[in-house]
Amino acid sequence: MARIGVFVCHCGENISATVDCEKVAAVAAEFPGVVYSVDYKYMCSDPGQTLVKEAIIKHRLDGVVVSACSPRMHEPTFRRATEEAGLNPYLCEMANIREHCSWVHEKGDAATGKAIDTIRTLVEKVKRNTPLQPIRVPITKTALVIGGGVAGIQAALDIANAGHKVIMVERDPSIGGHMSQLSETFPTLDCSQCILTPRMVEVAQNKNIKLYSYAEVESVDGFIGNFKVKIRKKAKSIDESLCTGCGECTTKCPMKKIPSEFEQFLGKRPAIYIPFPQAVPNKPVIDKERCTYYLKGKCKICEKVCPTKAIRFDQEDEFIDVEVGAIVVATGIDIKGTDFFPEYGYGKYKDVITGLQFERLASASGPTGGEIRRPSDGTIPKKIVFVKCAGSRDPAKGIEYCSKICCMYTAKHTMLYKHKVHDGTAYVFYMDIRAGGKNYEEFVRRAISEDGAQYIRGRVSKIYEKNGKLMVYGADTLLSARAVEIEADMVVLATASVASSGAEELAQRLHTSYDQYNFFSEAHPKLKPIETNTGGIFLAGACQFPKDIPESVMMASGAAGKVACLFANDELTREPIVAEVNRKGAPYYSTCVSCFMCIPVCPYQAIDREQIKDRNGNLIKELARVNPGLCQGCGTCVALCRSKSIELHGFSNSQMMAEIIAVLN
Amino acid sequence: MRIGLYPGCSLTGSSREYKESVVVVAKALGIILEEVPDWNCCGATAAHNLNHELALALPTRILALAEQAGFDKLVIPCAACYSRLTITQDELNNNPELKAKIIAHLGMDFKGTMVIQNAIQFIQDDILPILPAKITKPFDYKVACYYGCLLVRPHGILKFDRPEDPQTMDAVISAIGGTPIEWAFKNECCGAAMSIARTDVVGKLSGNIVKDAVDRGAEAIIVACPMCHSNLDMRRPNINKAMGEKFEQPVIYITQAIGLAIGLSPKELGLQRHFVAVNLPEKKVVETIMEEK
Repeated sequence: MARIGVFVCHCGENISATVDCEKVAAVAAEFPGVVYSVDYKYMCSDPGQTLVKEAIIKHRLDGVVVSACSPRMHEPTFRRATEEAGLNPYLCEMANIREHCSWVHEKGDAATGKAIDTIRTLVEKVKRNTPLQPIRVPITKTALVIGGGVAGIQAALDIANAGHKVIMVERDPSIGGHMSQLSETFPTLDCSQCILTPRMVEVAQNKNIKLYSYAEVESVDGFIGNFKVKIRKKAKSIDESLCTGCGECTTKCPMKKIPSEFEQFLGKRPAIYIPFPQAVPNKPVIDKERCTYYLKGKCKICEKVCPTKAIRFDQEDEFIDVEVGAIVVATGIDIKGTDFFPEYGYGKYKDVITGLQFERLASASGPTGGEIRRPSDGTIPKKIVFVKCAGSRDPAKGIEYCSKICCMYTAKHTMLYKHKVHDGTAYVFYMDIRAGGKNYEEFVRRAISEDGAQYIRGRVSKIYEKNGKLMVYGADTLLSARAVEIEADMVVLATASVASSGAEELAQRLHTSYDQYNFFSEAHPKLKPIETNTGGIFLAGACQFPKDIPESVMMASGAAGKVACLFANDELTREPIVAEVNRKGAPYYSTCVSCFMCIPVCPYQAIDREQIKDRNGNLIKELARVNPGLCQGCGTCVALCRSKSIELHGFSNSQMMAEIIAVLN
Repeated sequence: MRIGLYPGCSLTGSSREYKESVVVVAKALGIILEEVPDWNCCGATAAHNLNHELALALPTRILALAEQAGFDKLVIPCAACYSRLTITQDELNNNPELKAKIIAHLGMDFKGTMVIQNAIQFIQDDILPILPAKITKPFDYKVACYYGCLLVRPHGILKFDRPEDPQTMDAVISAIGGTPIEWAFKNECCGAAMSIARTDVVGKLSGNIVKDAVDRGAEAIIVACPMCHSNLDMRRPNINKAMGEKFEQPVIYITQAIGLAIGLSPKELGLQRHFVAVNLPEKKVVETIMEEK
């Protein structure tokens, strides 16, 4: 006869305000098999746990039902308490009467009744629980970092410096990300490249880091500690072992007029190119869609001029299989282009540019050598209008969130402009000024009071071109409350930051969740901001939400710390909630009828065929076999098995049936 | 296919030349437009400022009559009528309770399935495909296509063209041999309903529109809305006064421009009814085309 204990938690008033906990405990005491039932204000508190432990010993309980919050919150707490009292932890179950009952229902008999029913089902289940032992699996102590921007670089360096191997995958020809495109950084106005390039070089030189640039993650299988990743190394059309990065090919390439992605299309690049002088690796790639040879079958000038004969026109994409124990996603953000804004001309006005384009204009390495010049005619603009919240915070545009970085970089832009064009005027249309951060508010104040930026609180309704000027129609919504018309030479839109292109596909490949804006979802908004819901996959930087440089670096170091914690152990303990194909004695061996329908349906490729042979090596029977290291306990095979030969530990058919019957009765 | 026509009040009064030109152009191309029998006022600006249900009931009656008549679609040249009828059908289709209530008020059947088109959509679907063969006198002028506020907004309901810098009328003008200019005031406010009460405001707002079009070299302004037309045309003295310039460029309905291109006479198209005289210079294009032939 079972000896079950039921422990009903009030969770302060979270449960007891809606559910009559005393009554629940009293009714549960009468359930068949329940020998002890009690309610308590905070079961998760130290005295509450002691109550559970003492009851297990005193009443010789062989099963425990804690009816409280979600098992996602406190199941580990009570299983540990159960274990400390000498009972197998898997004999403890949680009945969720908070998230599934008190939080979602009105106070009354119905809510109390539902709590009682919930407990009844779990009591029936616990009676059929069997002791389980955790599974131990080895950890591959190599990390994969996806994305080589500042977050990816920081994460890779931190993990490598902790003594672990790192594989970095960057889809562009060079690492560096958006930070390498920036001119100066707020709030200190130090040169972005000057502080980033040493880190980029460190990545290249670190013995623990293997960098695959111009590469993408093709597929990901496996689980925490044991991921199997296929990397597609896109063909650069050069032999990297021979190329010295001399750049002869890039200067001789006849296709010189291709808009440069790095320069945000304000500058040009050849078809064989190194995106920028400090690129890591400093080796060119051929843009096959623009290269004359690939398009027309003639040219090959780069091949002729290459002193080391490193050009390989017939090179194909290469696939590399790697095994890693943890993955850090650091894929960053993109920003919306000016063509996203009908009211600002659908991108047809050359002198309406994005903030990132302004960074290139202001950068000493940019297309104008750091002089602020209009893209249309190269003249120096005397009036620039900056428009903040372009797309952001605008439900009509489908982007309801604040892009977070624009307030600060716009203030920076006005300063950079004033420092370069002393007689110029910068106007800033804003909704709010969000300058939360160390020295941020002071920085914005400096832009206004020292560098004379004209801040106008209001939105811009329309921009159009007239006689070479940009007519900006806006509103000043403060005291003067007037329509504003500015004849500007240039307009800079602080366009919305959005998830990096391809983020959705990558999230699907990683089997991790993402939000409606395609930003990667963290496991918990406050307490697990770096983890994802998929074990072993961590987030760094703006792939989770727009972030500035310090925040990205902080998060990257946090992710690296998480990886280091994981790698601190040689083995990983996993939940024993796995499926198993039953085994019987000869001559049946199993009730498995060898249909192997379970193999294709398993999402984790955890099932294979096991051969039963006699002593002479003759095949007697083939059976399905579940690899407990790969099984995630989803139960798909159990549902599909025709002969009911697969059982999911902890969720067996008899347990499930007992629960259903308990509800129906 | 049976195509209904809902003219509304403007097209029988201040802008009767719009209706005349729609009908003669359609007729010249072998398209018959049948007027909605016993139609009433759409309510336009006045009704929805006073009584929401009245503002819905008026257009619903027109749509119900069009359904009864068995039209496959309803062409509404007036932008305000087009806006009211489209918005009403959308609102009632998304609110079954309100729909039942309005139907009860009217005591008529109303399904809410009518395909409603403005003049430009009608031109795109039914006229453009058969137009090229009929062009005898290409409309070879540099013009500014002015859409006004109601034709393209609210985009979520009308789903017609793009809300800023629309393109459909420009495409029609290109198809009849004209050159639409790139300009900035395609859907700027003309002053619309202020036409009677505050002519000074209309003078300034419409003046901005005319001035930008003329500054960019437009020889005429093309419209598809009676309010746009009356403000840019009838209020030209106020415009000239407000802008301190004398503008002589005419304002022509899109259907009139098409009519000229297919060789209809200015009189049939009602061009003589405009306040700003339509004195477009004769172009020699006709001869060159003849020579080519």
